[in-house]
Amino acid sequence: MSTSDSHGTRLDPWFDSYAARAHRMRASEIRALFSVASRPEVVSLAGGMPYIGGLPLEELGAMAQRLIVEQGEVALQYGSGQGDEGLREQITQVMALEGISAHPDDVVVTTGSQQALDLVSTVFLDPGDVVVAEAPSYVGALGVFRAHEADVVHVPMDADGLIPVALDRTLGELAAAGKRVKFLYTVPNFHNPGGVTLTMERRPQVVEICQRHGVLILEDNPYGLLGFDSEPLPAMRSMSEEGVIYLGSFSKTFAPGYRVGWAVAPHAVREKLVLASEAAILSPSNASQLAIRAYLEHFDWQGQIKKFREQYRERRDAMISALEEHIPEASWNVPDGGFYVWVKLPEGLDAKSMLPRAVTARVAYVAGTAFYADGQGRGYMRLSYCYPTPDRIREGVRRLATVIDAEMETVRIFGTGAEPVGDSVDFPSPDLA
Amino acid sequence: MDVMVLAGGLSHERDVSMRSGRRVQEELRDAGVKVSLHDVDSSLIPSLRDREDVVVWPMLHGASGEDGSLQGLLELLGVPYVGTRAREARVAWVKSVAKAIFVRDGIATPEYVTLPQSLFREVGAEHVIDAIVDRMGLPVVVKPARGGSALGVSLVSERDQLSRALVHCFAYGDTALIETAVTGIEVAVSILGTGDAAEALPAVEIQAEGAYDYDARYNPGRVEYFVPARLSPEDAATVAETALAVHRNLGLRDLSRVDIILDEAGVAQVIDVNVTPGLTETSLLPQSVEASGRSLTEVYRSIAQAAFDRR
Repeated sequence: MSTSDSHGTRLDPWFDSYAARAHRMRASEIRALFSVASRPEVVSLAGGMPYIGGLPLEELGAMAQRLIVEQGEVALQYGSGQGDEGLREQITQVMALEGISAHPDDVVVTTGSQQALDLVSTVFLDPGDVVVAEAPSYVGALGVFRAHEADVVHVPMDADGLIPVALDRTLGELAAAGKRVKFLYTVPNFHNPGGVTLTMERRPQVVEICQRHGVLILEDNPYGLLGFDSEPLPAMRSMSEEGVIYLGSFSKTFAPGYRVGWAVAPHAVREKLVLASEAAILSPSNASQLAIRAYLEHFDWQGQIKKFREQYRERRDAMISALEEHIPEASWNVPDGGFYVWVKLPEGLDAKSMLPRAVTARVAYVAGTAFYADGQGRGYMRLSYCYPTPDRIREGVRRLATVIDAEMETVRIFGTGAEPVGDSVDFPSPDLA
Repeated sequence: MDVMVLAGGLSHERDVSMRSGRRVQEELRDAGVKVSLHDVDSSLIPSLRDREDVVVWPMLHGASGEDGSLQGLLELLGVPYVGTRAREARVAWVKSVAKAIFVRDGIATPEYVTLPQSLFREVGAEHVIDAIVDRMGLPVVVKPARGGSALGVSLVSERDQLSRALVHCFAYGDTALIETAVTGIEVAVSILGTGDAAEALPAVEIQAEGAYDYDARYNPGRVEYFVPARLSPEDAATVAETALAVHRNLGLRDLSRVDIILDEAGVAQVIDVNVTPGLTETSLLPQSVEASGRSLTEVYRSIAQAAFDRR
């Protein structure tokens, strides 16, 4: 062995060429642990994956076949950057259920509402700009804001959703500190991960506060039609056409595999979103858009949503009763819709550092820290009840109880929690959305 | 020869295993070898029975892949496989047992103690921590007694960090190995072959910004590798001989990786031994193979062939 030809390598010849933001995109220990969650032995209470098994798959298969045979020359071709006009018309009808009156020209079809989040961020965010968001907030949105080098400032929620007084105070303080707040990011219905819904009373208050501070609202509403007991509340977009960008999605009410979402924005913003989208992807998938069109036209999609609601209600009930039975020392909200229960762990426990133990016990969840931009949330976890069957949910919660017991025992022995694992937002993998 | 690379499994290191498995599959395919990737699940045994001339390459990390269980199963089925036999794998897997053998054989390894969580409960954590600090001093490294990829590992330089490090460690397993932190040049020596025919490849020197933890291992950038390591010929020979002694004395087969710190006195302190070394894009054995002037494609093909010829 000679020393003469020794040379150092970082194994990535382009390491010094990356944009500064790319250095924060790193594979984490926590993300690696989720790799196990895909195995059938593991009860995953982690992913926000809709229950696709509840769809009429045979009929949808026949529909997809007809689509290619009869409309293949359009479906397999490039399309309009703004999205298929017929679908945009149908989207206005979907949004009418939540009180939104929009023209098809106002709608931009996107590759899931996740792309809409990216487009809005591209159009509005310079590095160092501030986005105000609920505490906690959707992990996938935090990842996008972080990729655009924005700072996220959290505003607390309670059982009635975002707290208007706290929002007003935060916006005032940020303005006084000379910070540039570009928008409020909010999930008003069946919040991810909080599970709560912004009350009817608070909606106009939030709109008024943002208007007064000159702050745009980014209203992200994938779950609005998935309420168990009540009719959908009017969207904030229905209260302010100029002050709200509304994001919708077929991922939770139909199928995420098609990757179709949309944005409705004030006219000038919409023009920018279309240009940004064309620069990014040229056009959303025609095949997916035509499939959604056919689904909305030929299937009882509202009836399907009703079925989903019943299935999700049953699963929510299974999760809540299992939590009551097995983990009474924790506390949680009881969501009236959507996919998630937000669990506060017994004092001293850290959901992130407990995750390896959970993987050993064959159960997975998302640790609370993923939903904050600032390291909060260690004592919380998000449990999803959308995908596993009620029996699997009960089994998952039972396993989780053993994990919590074991972790509490360790914390008791040492009188402390674990060394915090990592200090960053974990970028979401798709099944955590 | 029909190579079945086993990757995935249910351990904490599933992701690393999948990455390694895919790399091995690619290289063998490039070598013109018939190869497939398989997870360890209920379809494994039927798949093995359906094939002729099969040889298994276990690329599983963590328990059941490295603790000898899977190797035991393959022996039961009479299927030839790459790597260390079940009994020897079991010994190498339990770090405290492997270290006891090093000590017996005069191979230097940092002072250590293995302690189950239950002991801290029974006699009081504070008393045990006092004893650790009094006897071993600081800094110490706390790690799960079984496992790899630096999962659950902490370097502790203050007494009051020790409890938190132990809690972190016990999330990965019920027994902690606490060892004196050795400073010096960190190298990894990969070994190919078996017994007297085993050879040490050029050592890889690891120079990490901060700890050589999971983040540093699997995200290129934070670590600078020097292959071969920047050692004098005498030191290079010392680490190579030490690694070979570990490989032979533990009875390892085909391939292994021995992690060593060459301390300030020039003593090669053995930190860890891996019977299923990582073979990902950022792993150490592939770097050593390339530094030895050989192609990964050819080396992997010959490893698989040697295992197949044992049938």
